Amino acid sequence: MGQSSHLSLHGPTAADHGGIGRPITRLEDERLLRGGGCYVSDLIASSKPLRVKVLRSPHAHARIRAIDVAAARRLPGVVELLTADDLKNIGELPCDWVAPGMDVVPLQPVLARDRVRYVGEPVAAVAAETAHAADDALAGITVAYERMPAVVDQEAAIKEGAPRLHDAVPSNIAFRFRRAGGNVARAFAQADVVIRRRFINNRVTAAPLEGRAVLSDFDARVGRLTHHTSSQLPHAHARSLGECLGLPLHKLRLVAPDIGGGFGAKLGFYAEDVVCAVLSMRTGRSCAWAEGRGESFLATTHGRDQIQYVELAARRDGRMIGLRARLVTDIGAYALGMGPGVPAINTGLSVTGLYRIANVETEVIGVYTNRTPTGPYRGAGHPEASFLIERLVDDLARELALDPAELRRRNFVPSSAMPYRLPTGLTLDSGDYAANMETALTLAGYAELRQRQTQLRKEGRYFGIGLATISESSGVGPSMAMGAVGFRRAGHESARVVVHADGRATVFCGTQSTGQGHATSLAQIAASVLGIALDDIEVVEGDTLAVPFGTGTFNSRSMAIGGSAVYEAARKVMEKAKKIAAYKLQRRPRDLIYKNGVFRITAHAGASTSIAHLGKKVGEKVIRAVFKWRSGLELPVTRRDTEVVTFADIARAAHLGQDLPLGMAPGLEASHFFDPTDMLFDYGTHVAVVEVDPETGHIALLRHVMVDDCGRIINPLLVEGQAHGGAAQGIGQALMEAMVHGDGGEPLVRSYSEYAMPHATDLPSFETGHMEIPTKLNPLGVRGVGEGATIGATPAVVNAVLDALAPLGVTEVPIPMTPMQVWRAVERARHGLATADMDRSHRDLSAVGKAMQPQK
Amino acid sequence: MPAVSMTVNGRAVHREVEGRTMLVDFLREQLGLTGTHVGCDTTQCGACVVHVNGLAIKSCTMLALQCDSALVTTIEGLAPPGTPLHPMQAAFRQHHALQCGYCTSGMVMMALDIVRRLGEPDEATIREELKGNICRCTGYHNIVKAIAAGAAAMVASHA
Repeated sequence: MGQSSHLSLHGPTAADHGGIGRPITRLEDERLLRGGGCYVSDLIASSKPLRVKVLRSPHAHARIRAIDVAAARRLPGVVELLTADDLKNIGELPCDWVAPGMDVVPLQPVLARDRVRYVGEPVAAVAAETAHAADDALAGITVAYERMPAVVDQEAAIKEGAPRLHDAVPSNIAFRFRRAGGNVARAFAQADVVIRRRFINNRVTAAPLEGRAVLSDFDARVGRLTHHTSSQLPHAHARSLGECLGLPLHKLRLVAPDIGGGFGAKLGFYAEDVVCAVLSMRTGRSCAWAEGRGESFLATTHGRDQIQYVELAARRDGRMIGLRARLVTDIGAYALGMGPGVPAINTGLSVTGLYRIANVETEVIGVYTNRTPTGPYRGAGHPEASFLIERLVDDLARELALDPAELRRRNFVPSSAMPYRLPTGLTLDSGDYAANMETALTLAGYAELRQRQTQLRKEGRYFGIGLATISESSGVGPSMAMGAVGFRRAGHESARVVVHADGRATVFCGTQSTGQGHATSLAQIAASVLGIALDDIEVVEGDTLAVPFGTGTFNSRSMAIGGSAVYEAARKVMEKAKKIAAYKLQRRPRDLIYKNGVFRITAHAGASTSIAHLGKKVGEKVIRAVFKWRSGLELPVTRRDTEVVTFADIARAAHLGQDLPLGMAPGLEASHFFDPTDMLFDYGTHVAVVEVDPETGHIALLRHVMVDDCGRIINPLLVEGQAHGGAAQGIGQALMEAMVHGDGGEPLVRSYSEYAMPHATDLPSFETGHMEIPTKLNPLGVRGVGEGATIGATPAVVNAVLDALAPLGVTEVPIPMTPMQVWRAVERARHGLATADMDRSHRDLSAVGKAMQPQK
Repeated sequence: MPAVSMTVNGRAVHREVEGRTMLVDFLREQLGLTGTHVGCDTTQCGACVVHVNGLAIKSCTMLALQCDSALVTTIEGLAPPGTPLHPMQAAFRQHHALQCGYCTSGMVMMALDIVRRLGEPDEATIREELKGNICRCTGYHNIVKAIAAGAAAMVASHA
């Protein structure tokens, strides 16, 4: 089993923060383990809604000549049908992260109007008494299509004469986003070595075990829509749904209950939400849709899909001095959700990784193709950036015959230089990249691994060691800066801490757990401040009625931003509680100590503290006298001679309002909006160890070691879980996962049997370690953790395979590195053929450049 | 509509069902046992694993009518409300073997089947035995640990 090491370099230890830092087993687990989860599909199963099914385009590109629903309407059990003709007053699906400078934004209609642009695009919907009846009705709908030529490759799509998806978008180019810093031309002129590559970061999909599901219920009597949906962004999706429907937000309650995994796929706002709401409004019944797995592969956003032209300039001593990147990214048929912004900003600004490369030029070109729209997938643009720079670093190391760890050591941004502004404009806040890598190398036994490699190579075996050192900008913010990068969402998060009359608390937060365990981790944060037991705290997320403000869960932000909001709200509660305690104990707040739910007077609090209350005592007497004079009743005398007061006593007083300091409003609750001043960076090192069989192409992933710095750890169990699951997904892309379309745009992947995802046998036990260097950008010192392992795992495994095959002359194996791809590369190398076609890639780079001169 | 009778978690049930109704939909929609999930409907993911006559089966691929007069156990049947978790459930909790929880009931039901057949298998065997169950959250690391620990606890309690 994997081992774990822990290293705390700076700052106070976790124990200083009470509930923070303890490996608490999750509060939500018992319910889930007993089968008591409450996923949207469970709500559907236990109510009797109309069942909605969606008819989808079978063509990648076609005109719709006619849709005939008459026969379907007559089938038993069918209640209502929808086509685009029924949605004339309904808005299109929004894009809320456009790339800067993207003035034309072709949006996907809820149901296709006159044209379909990818296989799986919704065309019609039916609501029926049962799921079977709805299925039967779909078969009864006739659509007359006129097929059009499709384009399914982003490089083909920008060639002259390529089929055009949107009339208003010439050349299918959605956007071109450029960033430059330093003097790139001079850097390349001064370079001793230039590495040029064309990488493909392939199209994959999140494929959470729970597909998307919607249960929408419109109550016409009060004009209120209650909408349950599997969403990572309840508030943003409520806004989107309200805008599409023209429904005011005080009449729209959106609820995201238990969510069975998201990984970015449930950040998009999709047609089925609108379809179910409209059907509920038209039928007066609740209407439900649950995605089939086959539908999920067609109609839920895909991720990645970049063709990367990159050039790295370096000096002979290994110092990297210049980087050029031109990234041609496929955003699919429409600009949907966060689709365009992810590659433009997250990849475009992050290409230098955690290295000091002073001269950088990046251009991200977003292209429409006849494929499912792309969107954020765990890492969201960062994996693509880390992939290209980590590949280049290893290729440079091979070129210079330097150890890849040593080359990294020579190029890290040193902690002494932080905060460090990257040439692309982002600022690395803090960290110690070199120490992080050394920790990982020690954990992996790097020196011994290299010795073993030398030995095994002599025996004719192909043993490889791959490194990746990665960073990720997480906790996006501040809100005021979001407009500058085209992001139509906030950077803040809201929390409200409510203390009930018995001293128990409910924590409301605008984040949304999709498995991360917020019910536990946010409770730990609140418990550490409130000084009460974890079991006395309940976390509420995912209900816009209970939590009116929220930004949601993405960008590894929930603990850093949401957790900070909970922390500050709880602190406000405690400030008030302390004032009440001081009143009850007749001391100044600073003369009290609070521990385990009890306020006590500090031992050294002298007589002077009581004097401070003399004036208040006089005031109290006056109030009692006036009250008696007016009502003839006596106010009860409260004992003031106790030495302690409990949190529950204070909560009761705050609720009853009977024994509070003069002028203090009753109640014990507080809200806080935490808006970060800047983005923070989590980072980490991965070491992958593989052995490759060149005869079969089989890769055995023998070990996977990772050390992260997610700042202060709230719950080590949950952090470990994020690292394991994140790495599994990164390894999946390296070795097996691919969304593949045929030349005509027909999807070749429609089930888990065609989409290879890691099974238990494909993965080793993980070996993990952690550093805890707190960031100064939030009061908890927390960095992100949800995505880093996905970002690091892919390049580490790929570098390991290429390291293993280096003696054969293999320099490139496209991802996913399936046995067939590996075997092909080995065979090419054995026949003296290049595995990375440099000439072609360089020609392509200039061709791409010629086709698209800078616009301004 | 044809009728079906079976014993589910010790309770005799009798219902009329449409012939094409899958066992998983029968359990979820007719009996309200929503702890068993549907992840794929093509027999790959294992989120729907339940026990029929003591054997682990994928309930998305078995018709309810095929289970006539069968004994069916679902996740809800392992530890009745008010009683402690089954040792395998407890091991999953102890080892943080679930995140989103969607695959979990299938994993636990499969784990019990593994223990029934193999006792206390080693790590490699556990991984091999999980070939019909997909988890997208955990990377399997903690699931494998939990099954090993749960198996040990079950064997010890029977010793």
